[in-house]
Amino acid sequence: MSKKQVSRRSFLTRGAALGGTLLLGGCDSLSRDPLVQRILASAETLTEAVQRAILTPNDLAREYAHEDISADFKANGSTNPRTPDYLALAENDFRDWRLEVGGLVQNELSLSLDELRAMPSRSQITRHDCVEGWSCIGQWKGVQLSHVLNKAALKPNAKYIVFYCYDDLGRGGSEDSRYYESIAFPDAFHEQTILAYEMNGERLGIPHGAPLRVRVERQLGYKMAKYIRRIEAVESFDDIRGGHGGFWEDRGYTWYAGI
Amino acid sequence: MAHEKVMAREVIYRHAGTVRLTHWINVLCLLVLLMSGLQIFNAHPALYFGSTSDFADPAVAMTYERDGPDGPIGVTDLFGTRFDTTGWLGGGYEADGEFQRYGFPWSITLPGFRSLAKGRSWHFFFAWAFVINGLIYLGYTLLSGHLRRDLAPDRGQLKGIWQSIKDHALFRFDHGEEAKRYNVLQKLSYLIVIFILLPLMLATGLTMSPGMDAAFPWLLDIFGGRQSARTIHFISASLIVLFVLVHVFMVLVTGVWNNLRSMITGRFVIKTEEAEG
Repeated sequence: MSKKQVSRRSFLTRGAALGGTLLLGGCDSLSRDPLVQRILASAETLTEAVQRAILTPNDLAREYAHEDISADFKANGSTNPRTPDYLALAENDFRDWRLEVGGLVQNELSLSLDELRAMPSRSQITRHDCVEGWSCIGQWKGVQLSHVLNKAALKPNAKYIVFYCYDDLGRGGSEDSRYYESIAFPDAFHEQTILAYEMNGERLGIPHGAPLRVRVERQLGYKMAKYIRRIEAVESFDDIRGGHGGFWEDRGYTWYAGI
Repeated sequence: MAHEKVMAREVIYRHAGTVRLTHWINVLCLLVLLMSGLQIFNAHPALYFGSTSDFADPAVAMTYERDGPDGPIGVTDLFGTRFDTTGWLGGGYEADGEFQRYGFPWSITLPGFRSLAKGRSWHFFFAWAFVINGLIYLGYTLLSGHLRRDLAPDRGQLKGIWQSIKDHALFRFDHGEEAKRYNVLQKLSYLIVIFILLPLMLATGLTMSPGMDAAFPWLLDIFGGRQSARTIHFISASLIVLFVLVHVFMVLVTGVWNNLRSMITGRFVIKTEEAEG
């Protein structure tokens, strides 16, 4: 093989590699461009509008049989919060834990686990779909969120329900790096939206959000905040943390996680 | 005087404007959907059948082993049999010699670095574009007679299917009058893609939505559960990739410029051999 051929071949190879890099680099810089991101995110508005138009309050997520329950239900995100206030509560078996309900409500509430357990309960065997792609089936028991919200009596201007959590998933060591989520009324008042304190017939374990997590069965897993500390009714979440309505939403994930 | 064969050129108008436009929009959509789909897949590079993920027993899993002979290796587990797929699936070495875990290499995902959130926003934007574009195409196809006239094989073509398979295997392609219409294998593969694989992508995609599953629970029954739907989504995407490879190959071997021109301007040149005295 002549020298010329070799150099031509290596030129072509390098040229192709460079071209490929530029092309991919182009896609990657598009991916990082805020305008492109806004355009792409506009599809989310369409998805939300269409799903909201299709879904009625009576559309329930499928409920499964007892034998369908996953033997190994994956715990994702935070699985063991190490925040000092949480550790102190866990140490005492959550006897001192209180669920605070506030914001745009007529009656602020502070409820213990026993008080929540004394309320009417709902039990459901449902499928948990993680944004990563996997699914597990578990049985959940808790009080309907609507029951608690009705007790608190929302003010007319309330539009969203925000969940503040104990886990510091952002590892910033501050209030702002802790997990939070928000949902709108069609989901907050849905029959299957419960504040769960039991999983698979046992007290909710720490990996799955002890002492209390929310189940929002028609949306993806990251909407279902664990380690709940406080529930707030708000008119808008624009001024909360990153302004996108949730921990993952502030990091680029869609707020309406219906798909 | 001896008879001489003279090549004659006939220019026909092959593809209507709607077909050409929707074709190229579809090319863009499918490319972005495939690459962003691989990005999403990389968030959990394993497939299952049924409603749930049995993490201990996946149908397919791309993973890695820490202690290969020369460091970590990428591994693909196919129904319990493990293959070393370093550099292709499961994980591979970067230019700097660093081992990186993935399902599919980041060089073919969109974006080209790990970002499930960005992969999802690309995927769902282009999913809508794909659906709207597909509906325009379907509307045109059904109303204009494109389906009946150009895509549905007639009885004679179906009878000649074996001959067509033999001809394709020998790289003998239609010329003259026969080249004015799609051959039977071409028609059948287009019909399968248009009416089976592409709608299947949409339906299995929707079955992965917890919202849509609540509205249309029968989606779960049709596909045998959400994880089955996800696996079918993956298989169907792979079949579309296979179709595209064969499609592009056939474009290349049957006259690349003529084919490309016909899908851009509509005009397609037929060469006919005419005996002249």
